[in-house]
Amino acid sequence: MTIELAELEHHLEEAPGHPEERTNRRRWMALGIVLIVWAVLAKLLQGRNTQDLPNAELTGFQQWLSDLFGNVQEAKFNGSLLLQPFVWISDTLNWVVTTLQQIFVSDPDRALDTAQIGWLGVVALVVLVAYALSGVRIAILSLVTILAVGYLGYWEDSIDTLIITGVSVTICVLLGIPLAILMFRSSRASAAITPVLDAMQTMPSFAYLAPFALLFGIGNAGAVMVTLVYALPPLVRITAHALGTVSPTTVEATASMGSTSRQLLAKVQLPMSRRTIIVGLNQTVMAALSMAVIAAFIAGPGLGLPIVRALNALNIGVAFVAGMCLVILAILLDRAAVRAGQRAEMTARSGSSERQRWIVLGVLAVVTLGCIIASRSKLRWSIFPESDIGQQIATRVNDWTKAFTDAAGSLTEWVNDTATVWVLNPLEDLMANSPWWLVALAILAIAALLGGAGHGERARVISGAALCTAAVLAAGYYAAQVPDVAWIPYWLVVAALLAVGSYLGAAEALLPTAVCLTLIFGVGLWQDSMVTLSMTLVATSAVMFFGVVVGTWMGRSHRVDSAVRPVLDLLQTMPSLVYLIPALALFPPGKFLAVAAAVLYASPVAIKIAADGIRSVAPTTIEAAQAIGSNRWQMISKVQLPMSKGSMVLAANQGMLFVLSMVVIGALVGGGSLGYLVITGFSQDGFFGKGLAAGIAITALGIMLDRITVHTAARYGRAERA
Amino acid sequence: MTATIDEPGVAASTDGQPALTVRNLWKVFGPRADKIVGSPDADLSRSELLAKTGCTTAVRDVSFDVAPGEVFVVMGLSGSGKSTLVRCLTRLIEPTVGQVTIDGEDVVAMSETRLRELRRHHVSMVFQHFGLLPHRKVIDNVAYGLEVRGVSKSERRSRAQDMVDLVGLSGNENAYPDQLSGGMQQRVGLARALAVDPSVLLFDEPFSALDPLIRRDMQNEVIRLHHEVGKTMVFITHDLAEALKLGDRILIMRDGALVQMGTPAEVVGAPADEYVRDFVSEVPRSHVLNLSWVMRPPRVDESMTGPEMAPNTIVRDAARRVIDSADPVRVVENGQLLGVVDQDDILRVIVAEETPS
Repeated sequence: MTIELAELEHHLEEAPGHPEERTNRRRWMALGIVLIVWAVLAKLLQGRNTQDLPNAELTGFQQWLSDLFGNVQEAKFNGSLLLQPFVWISDTLNWVVTTLQQIFVSDPDRALDTAQIGWLGVVALVVLVAYALSGVRIAILSLVTILAVGYLGYWEDSIDTLIITGVSVTICVLLGIPLAILMFRSSRASAAITPVLDAMQTMPSFAYLAPFALLFGIGNAGAVMVTLVYALPPLVRITAHALGTVSPTTVEATASMGSTSRQLLAKVQLPMSRRTIIVGLNQTVMAALSMAVIAAFIAGPGLGLPIVRALNALNIGVAFVAGMCLVILAILLDRAAVRAGQRAEMTARSGSSERQRWIVLGVLAVVTLGCIIASRSKLRWSIFPESDIGQQIATRVNDWTKAFTDAAGSLTEWVNDTATVWVLNPLEDLMANSPWWLVALAILAIAALLGGAGHGERARVISGAALCTAAVLAAGYYAAQVPDVAWIPYWLVVAALLAVGSYLGAAEALLPTAVCLTLIFGVGLWQDSMVTLSMTLVATSAVMFFGVVVGTWMGRSHRVDSAVRPVLDLLQTMPSLVYLIPALALFPPGKFLAVAAAVLYASPVAIKIAADGIRSVAPTTIEAAQAIGSNRWQMISKVQLPMSKGSMVLAANQGMLFVLSMVVIGALVGGGSLGYLVITGFSQDGFFGKGLAAGIAITALGIMLDRITVHTAARYGRAERA
Repeated sequence: MTATIDEPGVAASTDGQPALTVRNLWKVFGPRADKIVGSPDADLSRSELLAKTGCTTAVRDVSFDVAPGEVFVVMGLSGSGKSTLVRCLTRLIEPTVGQVTIDGEDVVAMSETRLRELRRHHVSMVFQHFGLLPHRKVIDNVAYGLEVRGVSKSERRSRAQDMVDLVGLSGNENAYPDQLSGGMQQRVGLARALAVDPSVLLFDEPFSALDPLIRRDMQNEVIRLHHEVGKTMVFITHDLAEALKLGDRILIMRDGALVQMGTPAEVVGAPADEYVRDFVSEVPRSHVLNLSWVMRPPRVDESMTGPEMAPNTIVRDAARRVIDSADPVRVVENGQLLGVVDQDDILRVIVAEETPS
């Protein structure tokens, strides 16, 4: 009897009359129609109204930004009161970094060739600090690492990178912890700060460079500031989260003893979240290291400079050696931070082994002092000895790469050509080489179908969506024609259309998509943005393929998980710039290379999220499905994948943002489009405005993709709960 | 029956001022909760109120007094509002309406500072999930209350050590909470509460998370400590056996409201309604009732030469002597005969348990 009833219910669910099922089916059909219409019209209207802008040309807006750059420099020079805070900050940061360089970096190429502390002293200091914070194993690792980067020939650059990273992380902690406490204590502050953090994390790292160079100048100060902005969010987020999740019973218990809120914070909440805060600090350190090398584009000192230079010259060997220095530094910092966290816990508990540790520390301190004095007295203890190991390795790597391309070059070329001709180019034709209005309408329609157009009264949502669409078309029309009207009122009307549209009920994915498309038209970089978007979509599809396949594999087997996860962790500690190097060894420069590097860079995070999604399917459900007699494929396709749909969309979201930030960096090796414009913005006079505009377009793309996927995930989440 | 039933709301041993009084206490959760009390909505059932206003009444018009040195148990099932009630006593949860007085002082009207003083010196609490600080040693957990008060390190350490010894944890003072079993962790919680030498101790289901055997140990521990330090205790539990074992008086709550308040014998012997009757139906009455509940006026023809016993003797303890005695036992208090108990009366209580009414 009960079985029959259950079957009946099952049939009811499957019946086409089920409302959720019906709207879902309709949505997919509509999506298919949109894609077909888009493809057919794109074929017919190929090459028309594409809003292509030759690289050497600037729109009025971009010219205005370029002029702004000059004006800001001039105003700073003349002591404009408004810009004084920025001047003051950049002067301070410059002073701090220069002073540290004078203390630690002996560089024969610089004016002051010997520093206060020569290399021997620096090595001893690094080992001392590593021992004090993280124990004997990390101390040995740090000794090996720091000598290795020296003998590979990148002593000065490595220390510069460590200085930029260290200064940025210190400021991150000084700003981030109080900010997190503020967010934790006041929901109003939290509501105000969270969107700022969201924006900071959604913005691809390349997009920061131009505005910060504008305000803080290129060089040390700009490098510290971009690094700071990129590295701050994880620490703030994780600390605020950790404070919020301290066991409520303990908080209540200590409150019931009459603790003041300050006592509660200092004696209970901060100590109890220490471990999580250190995890946040670790992420912040890794992010800072990753960004400190990207800051090479705005003349930040450090390892980024030789890597960028070598990549520009397509010299894989040199890029490999410099990249290796960066990677081992990253591993050292990661290990040291993790170990310091564990140690803090242990030393707080053990009393007996403390004495031995103090004795070792004392001896080390004396040795360090001796090394410092020695390094000040003799030039060979001060300037790191010349060594050609790095060059030898570089030559050898270049030989290997050449041998490899000679042997397997036809294969990689075939992959490159096939992917370019059959996937990249057609998609680019569809998005960048067909009329702007067609692409804009298609993107709006897809965003609305996937992520929703708004909730509430149907008529209001439709009219709101119509107004938003009108705003996008008006923006595109302006960008295409530059009509003979004053631009301020024109754009005010566009903004008003968006505002009224949102007031009427346009929301969810449609509204942010419309705003971002409007912005892209506004900065005059439609075609380049669409090229970047097409590359991003191709790379994201590949990332999702790996994410779902490897993620499912990992999620289903503990053994696979424990074998693969350390590799993914290692890949994630690597700074983004490093990913270009193996890609460059395999493929000829071009768009596909940028896509390949992006896939490499974004896959680990997507795989992890997917694996966690599969793993989080309730074991009782798995057991029940097994008991009913599902085979492996049925288990994957009918239980595990559908139940982790939300995680998969989240993986796509994160993967997409990682891909986007890498695709633009790929411009360094022939990726072209927006990233190329950012780079030329710094390297060519008068193109700063175009670079800044490209940064805005990249940000707009990032926010658009993020919003569409977030709202899609929310819809799936709702469907799962329903 | 001529049992000496106390008036509800009046403490058992009324030597002057009660340690704690609660008058017409309400706690309503939800939007504009303060508007509910006193309006007709207050009389709605929980689900009706939730549907109509989005509010939930956790505590509904509860009043009681606790005498100094008394163990006062609040009992109810989960969701009955007992944990909210005990949190309202020191305003860990702000009461919506009502009066709470501790040692003659109005808690609800206290300023933040005064309230903190109260929590630091007069009232301390033991929690179901212990609420210990995992990053501190046992001794520093125990000393926490003294630390926030500003007591010097050596002084609070020595006081904390005394408390650690008192609860039987000597030798574990330098352990960390996660190295201790659940029962030992709760002893730390107990020591921490005792360390500040409060006049009132609050227990929020302190032993619910423990194994049955450990729970029994801990209950005995509380009884022992009550004998030794003689604090006023308010004890929250959902376990009737625990309530009967520990309580001088028991307050039974249901859906936030008071259902019955009285001594264990009153609750078992004279349940106020079906709900309570159902609750106590499984309780061995002979373990709870005393002779004043089973005695009757002597019949004219009865022998008056049987042994004397006090009216508060538990039936179980009296049974053997009553049954062994040929003559009915005389229940005597202050030289005055209150009634008699014979073998039939005793058997009626014991046998009635086996055939549920």
